Amino acid sequence: MNAMLYISGFVAMISTLMVITRKNAVHALLYLIVSLLAVALIFFVLGAPFVAALEVIIYAGAIMVLFIFVIMMLNVNIESAQQERQWMSPAGWVGPACLSAVLLGELIYAMTNSSIRLINVSMVGPKQVGISLFGPYLIAVELASMLLLSGLIGATHLGRRNGRNGDGKNRERRNS
Amino acid sequence: MTTMSGEFGLLLASALFALGLIGVLIRRNIIFILMSIEVMLNAAGLAFVVAGSRWHQADGQVMFIFILVMAAAEVSVGLALALQFFRCFGTLDADAAGRMRG
Amino acid sequence: MLELLWLIPALPFAGFIALVIAGQRIPRQGVALVGAGSVGVSAVLAALTAISFITSPPAGHVFSQNLWTWMEVAGLKTGISFVLDPLSLIMLLVITSVGFLIHLYSVEYMKEEEGYSRFFAYMNLFVGSMLTLVLADNLLLLYLGWEGVGLCSYLLIGFWYTDPENGYASRKAFIVTRIGDVALALGIFLLYTQFRTLQIQELMQQAPLHWKTGSVLATTAAFLLLAGALGKSAQIPLQTWLPDAMAGPTPVSALIHAATMVTAGVYLIARTNVLFSLAPAAMTATAIIGAVTLLLAGCSALMQQDIKRVLAYSTISQIGYMFLALGVGAWSAAMFHFMVHAFFKALLFLAAGVIIASVHHERDMIKMGGLRKQLPVAFWTFLAGSASLSAIPLVTAGFYSKEFILWQTWASPSGSRWLWMAGVTGAFVTSLYTFRMVFLIFYGEEKVKVSENPSMSLKVPLVILAVLSLFSGFVETPQTLGELSLFTDFMRTALPAPSSSSAAQGSAGLSLLVIASLVSLAGVWAAYLLFLRHRAFTEAVALSGPGKILSRFWSSGWGFDWLYARAIVRPFLWIVRINRDDFIDLIYGGTAWYSGQTYRFLSFTQSGNVRWYAAVLAFGAVILLALVVFV
Repeated sequence: MNAMLYISGFVAMISTLMVITRKNAVHALLYLIVSLLAVALIFFVLGAPFVAALEVIIYAGAIMVLFIFVIMMLNVNIESAQQERQWMSPAGWVGPACLSAVLLGELIYAMTNSSIRLINVSMVGPKQVGISLFGPYLIAVELASMLLLSGLIGATHLGRRNGRNGDGKNRERRNS
Repeated sequence: MTTMSGEFGLLLASALFALGLIGVLIRRNIIFILMSIEVMLNAAGLAFVVAGSRWHQADGQVMFIFILVMAAAEVSVGLALALQFFRCFGTLDADAAGRMRG
Repeated sequence: MLELLWLIPALPFAGFIALVIAGQRIPRQGVALVGAGSVGVSAVLAALTAISFITSPPAGHVFSQNLWTWMEVAGLKTGISFVLDPLSLIMLLVITSVGFLIHLYSVEYMKEEEGYSRFFAYMNLFVGSMLTLVLADNLLLLYLGWEGVGLCSYLLIGFWYTDPENGYASRKAFIVTRIGDVALALGIFLLYTQFRTLQIQELMQQAPLHWKTGSVLATTAAFLLLAGALGKSAQIPLQTWLPDAMAGPTPVSALIHAATMVTAGVYLIARTNVLFSLAPAAMTATAIIGAVTLLLAGCSALMQQDIKRVLAYSTISQIGYMFLALGVGAWSAAMFHFMVHAFFKALLFLAAGVIIASVHHERDMIKMGGLRKQLPVAFWTFLAGSASLSAIPLVTAGFYSKEFILWQTWASPSGSRWLWMAGVTGAFVTSLYTFRMVFLIFYGEEKVKVSENPSMSLKVPLVILAVLSLFSGFVETPQTLGELSLFTDFMRTALPAPSSSSAAQGSAGLSLLVIASLVSLAGVWAAYLLFLRHRAFTEAVALSGPGKILSRFWSSGWGFDWLYARAIVRPFLWIVRINRDDFIDLIYGGTAWYSGQTYRFLSFTQSGNVRWYAAVLAFGAVILLALVVFV
């Protein structure tokens, strides 16, 4: 079981690394899906099967698919790959890398001082999660539903085409 | 009853978060920025689940569900905005939106 | 009647305010009525007050009237209060009467001027301030009057402000007297810190109790007050402003720079005579300064060609006599000479004004001559004034006052033979330059034609002042001539009588009297010879080598202007030039510049770039995390 944990962890890290360095959007998305699946496996190993399933179904299944749909809609072509190569110059990596390294260092320092060392894994099943959701976290559930509603309306409104041709030309927009 | 290394889980979450941050800062394509944000959200959720597993409570998983919900809403709105962005500017370069009009 | 004391300074102030508010709108006659009338009513009131004071004197010969409390703070309580004793009564009478005559004169003299109402407004303000100065009960109110007259002097010297030379002269006057004012202020501070009161009466009572004669504090205070007096009275070393102050209109020179303001220093020292008696060093300094000044100014007057400059140097010289008298402890002699001097000097200035106006505003005496027949009234009155100035024996008031002073320098315990010699030499020089003026202007061949004859309102003040110059001296005569000491007796309650008898006594006195009289007459004779009979010879001497150097040195006032320009003005201007950019301003400018730079620097954070904002977010998160984790 421990080995599962470590192997999935490494797979997740490497595939995430690939996500951020690919020039082709679809390739990056596929790597992201792999990363998500690895994390789902970690969840399962840690005794949280419900969220593991949710990770696969919703995160990898719905959100990533949404990404792919949008990329297809945007008609990204061969030129964009060259453009991406142009944009990602090696010199540009230095700043963000340093910043993230500092952040990582701080987080590691904070983590190693915490009380988590070893976990006795026991399964916390869907039943427990459901009781928790409909019990103490009831109001959060309602709020989440409202959030989803606003997201739905926002996406619907913002995604509308304006004018007769949705060809992306910048034209005068009336208050929409 | 097996024992796992909780430390590794948290470390993994931190590393994934840092990688996601690098992605946000370095990529100019909006879609990639959104993808990196998803990576960061995922990492945060992983940390929650590890913590919940340590305390044998469902709270970690509940938090992860809420993060998921929020990510879903955010992605839908974000991608809709990205579509509008592409229609408006003709490119997916995030730096193109650097100036305000008027 | 004494209760109306406050009206005497109040009326000129009211006249000033009225003229400031409405002077432009009312016609000339109205302005003249208000301007001269306010001083005239003050003069009448002063006369009535004098009569009341003399016939039924108040208790202790001092009448005080408190109008209101000016300030009461931290134990200092000063009020607007006036005190009337014989000293201030004499000053009051002289200021108002001479002032009124000069106002009357200027009604006619200045009638062509554009700033007619402005002129009378300033003159009224001046008279009001001067009256406040002499009636002041405490040193603060005195200082107020002091500053007021200094201000009016500045305003009136630069009356024709469109000419920058006039502005320069008025600024010079103000700045030089300012130096004296600072010393006076320091003296007032010193007196206050020592005695916790500014009431003059109290100070004069307390001072002998606390300070020993010759103590450091007394000497310092006396020297500070002396320095203040030197500035206002144009004595060495602060005398350079008075000759240049002749740039103002003639009535201004007559009133301010002959009769009243320049005698404010004399009044100050006479008022605080107790303090000076406690500081023999200061008294000696006063006497020496007086003696030196009267000689220097006399010699300078001899070389001037402008009428008014001669009279200006003459004023400096005569005030030197007053300081000499003060320095040897002859307080009432100084005041007597002040009174007589006010009459004849104002007369001389007004007559000079008439002459200047009659000959197309020509001031150079060399260009005049033989005006005796054309301006008879001016001639006779000018002659009367000159005679009084030269102290022609027996018939002029100037003789009696100058004799009084000379006797005191000989006989008083603080006097000395050298001072007497200086005084006598000065008398010789005085009659020399005075009658030089008379002969150059009124005798000799006629060089210029008179354009107009003076009108009645110009002549009347001249005649009145001539009468006063001749006959006002009979109140105080030496013993050998019928010992009258009305003046000293009157002043006895305010000024201690001189320690030796006021009258010239015995054979020493008679012989000194004769010597002094002969000296004055000798001066007249010498002037006749040099400037009338053998004019060509004198001019040849003046044009020769040493003669030219001497005449240039003397006519520039013994080089004081040159000295001050090199020693004081140039270094100051050099400092000004170095500090051109005003390093203190750099602090304020620097603050503004710094803000601008900070703005420009911070505006880079608003780049509009999404990734930049994300990076800043991350950076902030790193900082916050660091704070939480490590602190």
